[in-house]
Amino acid sequence: MIQFRPIYVICLREFKKFFREKSRLLGTLARPVLWLFVVGNGMTALIKPHAGISYLQFIFPGMIGMTILFASIFSSISIVWDREFGFMKEMLVAPISRLSIVIGKAISGTLISVAQALIILVLIPFLGIRITAVQVVEVTVVALLVSFCITSIGILIAARLSSFDGFNIIMNFLVMPMFFLSGAMYPVSSMPPALRQLTHINPLTYGIDAFKHVLLRNSAPPLGPEFSLSLDILVVITVSVIMLTLAALSFRRKD
Amino acid sequence: MLIINVQDLTKQFKTVKAVDGISFAVSEGEVFGFLGPNGAGKTTTINILCTLLSSTAGSASIAGFDCAEEPDKVRAAIGLIFQDTTLDVGLTAYENLKFHAYLYNLDRKLTERRIDEMLSVVELGSRRHDLVKNFSGGMKRRLEIARGLLHYPRVLFLDEPTIGLDPQTRNTIWDFIGALRKKEKITVFMTTHYMEEAENCDRIAIMDHGRIIAEGSPARLKAMVQGDIIRLVTADNQSAVQEIQKTFNITAREENGGLSLETERGDEFIPKLIHALPVETLSVSLQKPTLNDVFLKLTGRTIREETLQNGKEVMREFVRSHARAQR
Repeated sequence: MIQFRPIYVICLREFKKFFREKSRLLGTLARPVLWLFVVGNGMTALIKPHAGISYLQFIFPGMIGMTILFASIFSSISIVWDREFGFMKEMLVAPISRLSIVIGKAISGTLISVAQALIILVLIPFLGIRITAVQVVEVTVVALLVSFCITSIGILIAARLSSFDGFNIIMNFLVMPMFFLSGAMYPVSSMPPALRQLTHINPLTYGIDAFKHVLLRNSAPPLGPEFSLSLDILVVITVSVIMLTLAALSFRRKD
Repeated sequence: MLIINVQDLTKQFKTVKAVDGISFAVSEGEVFGFLGPNGAGKTTTINILCTLLSSTAGSASIAGFDCAEEPDKVRAAIGLIFQDTTLDVGLTAYENLKFHAYLYNLDRKLTERRIDEMLSVVELGSRRHDLVKNFSGGMKRRLEIARGLLHYPRVLFLDEPTIGLDPQTRNTIWDFIGALRKKEKITVFMTTHYMEEAENCDRIAIMDHGRIIAEGSPARLKAMVQGDIIRLVTADNQSAVQEIQKTFNITAREENGGLSLETERGDEFIPKLIHALPVETLSVSLQKPTLNDVFLKLTGRTIREETLQNGKEVMREFVRSHARAQR
């Protein structure tokens, strides 16, 4: 039930629109820059480097995670736009499977999100972090997995969201908490126990931990990675599969 | 050959029965219309036929494929032009058509040829690489029609095809559909609440509250309204009324300084009438019954009233189209 030409053309459309909407690209790039240089630098002055790692270096993996989080959610929310402005009907009445639509949206959302995460790497020279070519490849692989995971979550949400009214609720009660409870800003182990429970059920925690494995591999917890890399990858892939399956199922629903 | 076959179709939403056990059939090559006010169940029926909605009871099939059992085959056989635009305004005209061609799996060469053909038919060839957001309402509609026909569907669904368009564009679109029918063996299924538009159909079903209350050719439906209306102004209306009563046994009413009377076959009646009148006739006009009169006779309401009364719906449509224009 997977048709390649529809998947290809759905992706092509998303890429074209992404490159045409300069403001969207600018928005997703401005956010990590603000966090890194304004919040990061401010906090670095306050928090002494720990075991040779500055606060700025510590939050960098989290910033990649944040870029992916927002980029993926925004990409998948395009489904709600499509529905609101009617274009979704064009796809729904075409002789293609619902699964192809979901996969097309997942692939395009993932790739657009990875592209934005990689652009963030350009900031590395300004942060006093050294990165090798191998690490760039590793970051790309992890970014692919994490982007796919978050995009799948976004598609599931978008499939269930009937209008934009719900979008603010999703942003404030899901996306922002996901970011703050992910170990991006402070080590998971330094959080109060109740909040720590929440970080453990947040898939983004494991994604950011995987980035820490790549970028802060020589550091010990609490600043370095806190879980094993295989656990990180396992959680990210499992969540992706579950979310995408649920999304495909809720797309099939006709009332 | 029956290309659309609907039997006892029912759609129950939570509290409303939007479609209430309707049956009808359309032969290949026919232009079939659903006429009725907003909320009559026209769009719900179309959504079931084009596999976007499931039905509560009854059956529907297109080109021999059951709409519920074999949706992919049904979808490949139909083209749709919806009430609200379903174009991607962030893409160009060409890109919208190409997207469509890929969804319907047309091969690459054929895609280019069809896109050229369709764009020239709807006279948008020179705008092919312009973003759709810069198009006028009429141009968008034409592009949508080009897209709906790109894969040469056997049945073309038009849901309120010319709503919100100026009369000139409306005529162009109907001329185009007429020309297309001569060329291709295409069946057209349309809904409308414009009376004038319904007259373009070979056959019409009038819908109200989820039921089909009358069905037939426009001429046959209009024949349900007995007689034509003749309006005349004479030099002496009083004596004209008396004479008409005496000679034809018809009661003429005085209105606005003239007379009006109802009769069958008004066109043949006028010469007799003028011949019989002892006073000079200043002007005569004949009004043929319209489908609006048919609807009025069947339901006691006019379609227009209904549309205007529903102010909330009008407002919503306005806001929606406004929001779209902003994008």
